[in-house]
Amino acid sequence: MKKLAFILSIVLLVSLFPVALAQEEVNVYNWEDYIDEQVLEMFEQETGIKVNYINFTTNEDMMVQLRANPGAFDVIFPSDYCVERMIAENLIQPIDMSKITNHSEIDPRLLNPDYDPTNEYSVPYMWGTVGILYNSTMVEEDITSWASMFDSKYAGQVFMMDSYRDTLGAALKYLGYSLNTRVPAELSAARDLLIKQKQDGIVKAYQVDETKDKMVLGEAAMALMWSGDAQYAIDRNADLKFVVPSEGSNIWVDPMVISSTAQNGENAHTLIDFLTRPEIAKMNCDYIRYSSPNLGAIALMGDEYMQNVVLNPSEEITNRCEYFHDVGDFINVYNTLWGQIKGS
Amino acid sequence: MMKVLKRSYLALILAFLYLPIVVLVIQSFNAGSSRAVWEGFSLRWYGELFRNKNIMDALYVTVSIAILAAFFSTILGSLAAIGIHAMKKRPQAFMMTLTNLPMTMPDIVTGISLMLLFIFTKVQRGYWTMLLAHITFNTPYVILSVMPKLKQMNSHAYEAALDLGATPVYALFHVILPEIKPGIITGALMAFTLSLDDFTVSYFTTSPLVQNLSTLIYSEARRGIKPTMNALSALMFILLLVLLLIVNRRTKEPQA
Amino acid sequence: MLDLKMPVWGTWLMALGFIAFIALLVLYIRRHKGMSRSLFASPYTLWMIIFTVLPIILIAYYAFTDANGKFTFDNFVTFWDSNHTMNKQLIEMGFDPAEMGGGRGTVNLDTLVYSLWMAFLCTLICLLLGYPAAAIMADRQFKLGATLVVLFIIPMWMNFILRTIAWMTLLEDNGLINKLLIWLGFERVQLMYNSNAVQLGMVYNFLPFMVFPIYNALAKQDVKLFEASMDLGANRWLTFWKVTFPLSLPGVVSGITMVFMPAVTTFFIPRMLGGGNTEMFGDLIERTFLTANNWNLGSALSLIMMVLILLSLGLLRKVDPDGEGGSML
Repeated sequence: MKKLAFILSIVLLVSLFPVALAQEEVNVYNWEDYIDEQVLEMFEQETGIKVNYINFTTNEDMMVQLRANPGAFDVIFPSDYCVERMIAENLIQPIDMSKITNHSEIDPRLLNPDYDPTNEYSVPYMWGTVGILYNSTMVEEDITSWASMFDSKYAGQVFMMDSYRDTLGAALKYLGYSLNTRVPAELSAARDLLIKQKQDGIVKAYQVDETKDKMVLGEAAMALMWSGDAQYAIDRNADLKFVVPSEGSNIWVDPMVISSTAQNGENAHTLIDFLTRPEIAKMNCDYIRYSSPNLGAIALMGDEYMQNVVLNPSEEITNRCEYFHDVGDFINVYNTLWGQIKGS
Repeated sequence: MMKVLKRSYLALILAFLYLPIVVLVIQSFNAGSSRAVWEGFSLRWYGELFRNKNIMDALYVTVSIAILAAFFSTILGSLAAIGIHAMKKRPQAFMMTLTNLPMTMPDIVTGISLMLLFIFTKVQRGYWTMLLAHITFNTPYVILSVMPKLKQMNSHAYEAALDLGATPVYALFHVILPEIKPGIITGALMAFTLSLDDFTVSYFTTSPLVQNLSTLIYSEARRGIKPTMNALSALMFILLLVLLLIVNRRTKEPQA
Repeated sequence: MLDLKMPVWGTWLMALGFIAFIALLVLYIRRHKGMSRSLFASPYTLWMIIFTVLPIILIAYYAFTDANGKFTFDNFVTFWDSNHTMNKQLIEMGFDPAEMGGGRGTVNLDTLVYSLWMAFLCTLICLLLGYPAAAIMADRQFKLGATLVVLFIIPMWMNFILRTIAWMTLLEDNGLINKLLIWLGFERVQLMYNSNAVQLGMVYNFLPFMVFPIYNALAKQDVKLFEASMDLGANRWLTFWKVTFPLSLPGVVSGITMVFMPAVTTFFIPRMLGGGNTEMFGDLIERTFLTANNWNLGSALSLIMMVLILLSLGLLRKVDPDGEGGSML
């Protein structure tokens, strides 16, 4: 009896070890909640390819994991400035564009971007701007400038981003510099401004994704925010307004790329093609609420999209915005300064 | 008077400890997905819980790792405790320092140092590395709960058994083990609990492909946690409570 | 999402080596009747060398090298003066570091001092709150003690991140506590986004670790000692001070250790409840490794943390030389 129990418990223990199963699959590495889950279900039903959706929370974290786990990911959704670095480090492979049958739907404005000049490595997925989301019941004037975020009138009312490129970017733009500056004096001015903003008690918190729900609740008067998150919040609280400040800001594209160590390269192409289909791109756009690079999807969405200034900013606005670039060795300078801001 | 004061003090502290848990459980019955707005009572999240593949996978990883890690660290730790107990003073002191070392190391350093080891040896992080890490931080706790029982037991019993012709293995199973059983059980339970709730070490020793509940919750935390997680915690909470009540009953009887 | 791929050769090698080792050991024990029992500890010793000693050596290696693997003290100097490595790089790139206008060099040190202060406060508050609670429960006239102590463990089973977020729901400007205050007719109070909220979260998380060991130490005490003291004419207070408290000291030391150590490296709580305004050393280490991707500096910071904790433990050892305060249950 005792022996039987012993054998049974061993069997039980062994059964706990995971066993490999053979199935067509594709490993997607994307931001949390950055796709309509229904789309993934439709893809699985149509193609029989199982989608493993894995989340990352920051570009930096994603790069670390990608380097440390070769072969683990197939399709990745990095931000534009990371693509440059990923190409340089040989982390991604050229995409066979003949397999992306819907590639012609992509807005030509977003093709041949600086981060991928020959357009070999990436297909745009979503794009947007960075600006100020503010609660019109908590501010006196219409916000138009970054200056409001540094105004002691709004002490304790401002959410900044816990993301060094974005927060430093806002300060650099306010001072009239480039987002990608490599001039020490400009960077130190931005750092000093942000430290002063913190020490004057203007900043309420540095956060990333928590912010949008907090803005809906009315936790602060304004927040540095990505346009899509802003639209999410505006959908839930009509008092909220979004503005791309007059000094200029950041415009970004999140493209789809294929890892150079992809185990399921063929399926990766199939997925990217599926996601560029106009009706599918529309579903994702309706769900995520960022700007779509897909002209077919925009046509399907019609006036509701065309007249939305958050999702469809005028050319006047996009022209005053700048892309992020990989700053090379200067990245350590950015990080050191960010540490000095966070630790002050 | 004094009695009332004492009881209300305890009640106050317990209220402090249970306040967020009450909030968590109430949220799991909220019909809406917002943290702050009550939209009515619903069991919707409990239903969704079992359909969410990521959560079910994470639950499997969490529970299976907790069981396996508890199992292996209990064997490793109990054997080690017997061995260390039999050592001479100097090696014993050395081994105890070695045992205390990982317990005194901050979790974040343990996690990062193991991450460096796996990256350095080119071992792909995932389920197995998480298991290895859990065994590593569990074992010292097992040793420390077995040690006192060894100190209490008659140190000559083992030698006597050998003199009477028992093999060391026989003596181990029939003389030492029965004496230190309570310590082993406590150690195994402790290992299981530690493993179940661990976040920091798991976070650094796994890849994003294999998540346990803590790391999954962490990756969701930034975007706002859906009440499915609250539903899961409420269920696990009740399950563990029942388990504990059973264990408590069983261990109390022979002592009383 | 489950990665079901088999581990690469490294893991197998380790696993095989380990099994082979145990097999050899069992063989040895079977052959040599008079073998020493201390051999039972050898699998564990091997395990600890691979998974504890070796990783620490790796941390030390990274801490004393730069990105190119060359030996350097720069990482430690950078801990002292955060501008150090950056200035060196700026010079290499042909800039004058003076253009940087000299930033706050001491930020890393400040963060450490702040973390130590927060951990000290947390330990003190836990001790002040926890000792009376443990003493009440350990009182023999109080029948429910053993059950209640279990009630202290149970909250720890709820995931710590979920518990911290639940606190956020309570403390926010529009959170439950403020809603209650407004409903009662009071003014809104800002409870979150500051050090006090972080401290609350820490005390909440670590209080049980203080209560257990003290409860255990007190519950073990011989009632006869207490009675003897009373019989000899000491009052309750004197008895507590001269008999009960000194005997509970190992529990107190153990509690202090178990609260202080994890408290210094708290992370996540400052970000959620403190709004990221007040960074603690754990956050700093995590950010250095995962955001800045600077393993060398991160390792140096970890090493400094470890040495500090070992030093403070050494101090505690002086109070509790037998090291009895090591166990939790």
